[in-house]
Amino acid sequence: MASSNLISIQLNGEKRSFEGPISLLELIESLALKPNKVAVERNMEIVPRSTLADVQCADGDALEIVHFVGGG
Amino acid sequence: MTDSWSVAGRTFDSRLIVGTGKYKDFEQNAAALEASGAQIVTVAVRRVNVSDPNAPMLTDYIDPKKVTYLPNTAGCFTGDEAIRTLRLAREAGGWDLVKLEVLGEAKTLYPDMRETLKATEILAKEGFLPMVYCADDPIAAKQLEDAGAVAIMPLGAPIGSGLGIQNKVMIRLIVEGAKVPVLVDAGVGTASDAAVAMELGCDGVLMNTAIAEARDPIMMAGAMKLAVQSGRAAYLAGRMGRRQYADPSSPLAGLI
Repeated sequence: MASSNLISIQLNGEKRSFEGPISLLELIESLALKPNKVAVERNMEIVPRSTLADVQCADGDALEIVHFVGGG
Repeated sequence: MTDSWSVAGRTFDSRLIVGTGKYKDFEQNAAALEASGAQIVTVAVRRVNVSDPNAPMLTDYIDPKKVTYLPNTAGCFTGDEAIRTLRLAREAGGWDLVKLEVLGEAKTLYPDMRETLKATEILAKEGFLPMVYCADDPIAAKQLEDAGAVAIMPLGAPIGSGLGIQNKVMIRLIVEGAKVPVLVDAGVGTASDAAVAMELGCDGVLMNTAIAEARDPIMMAGAMKLAVQSGRAAYLAGRMGRRQYADPSSPLAGLI
């Protein structure tokens, strides 16, 4: 029996659920975002782009995913 | 005549830096950038829209490989927020040249110099190359330079006000005292304001609203390009001295 393993993540201030286990890279790709155009902060710590595939998301993680937008 | 300037070892021909906010759309923004001749654009760091990942993005219209993206901390009211933003910016873009801006209050958007100075020190220690928005205060400018600012960016007038250079004396004193580039950041409303900043000896001018909110932003971008070049040339040419009274241009001898 496949057990459902939902993990709850605070993503850019909104509560979201994902099927775990899931790496940060998989999470970004599941959102249809391009990993090379964003930066990720996990629980207030920057996650280097080169390690996105190695970091597993944990239940209760707070993620910020940002990119460049127009500004002054 | 080549008249380039350098900041933190990077050399640019254009002395105009433009923002990428407030435009009608990305097409207009890109066209205004082209008309301005600017080689550096300021950009903001914001959360991605996770509900609409296919929305058009700035990088689709302005190529970060051709134009230097200068991540800015506009909207940050504490040094910690600004530092956090720039750490993310460095990861997103992969470069260390950034613009630090720590605001004191929403009404004036005047910089909080205590927070700005603290953040400059921390950023410099972390290997960032911060260009720093600051008050038109020659003492604060020196302190920022000592703390590791790679450029000093005093306001000419409140951000987005378009009031022009209000404190020419202090801007000139900052220019005279600085060993790093000085760029007027904020307050320019029209082309003559940009020329004034350059005539004071500034190394460059940064503007956003003056172009984006012009009736014809693309034409204004071109006007700003000429104004910056013109003001720079006038500064290099060295203006005439001021006199209290008239001095005729035609010879007095040989009058009929």
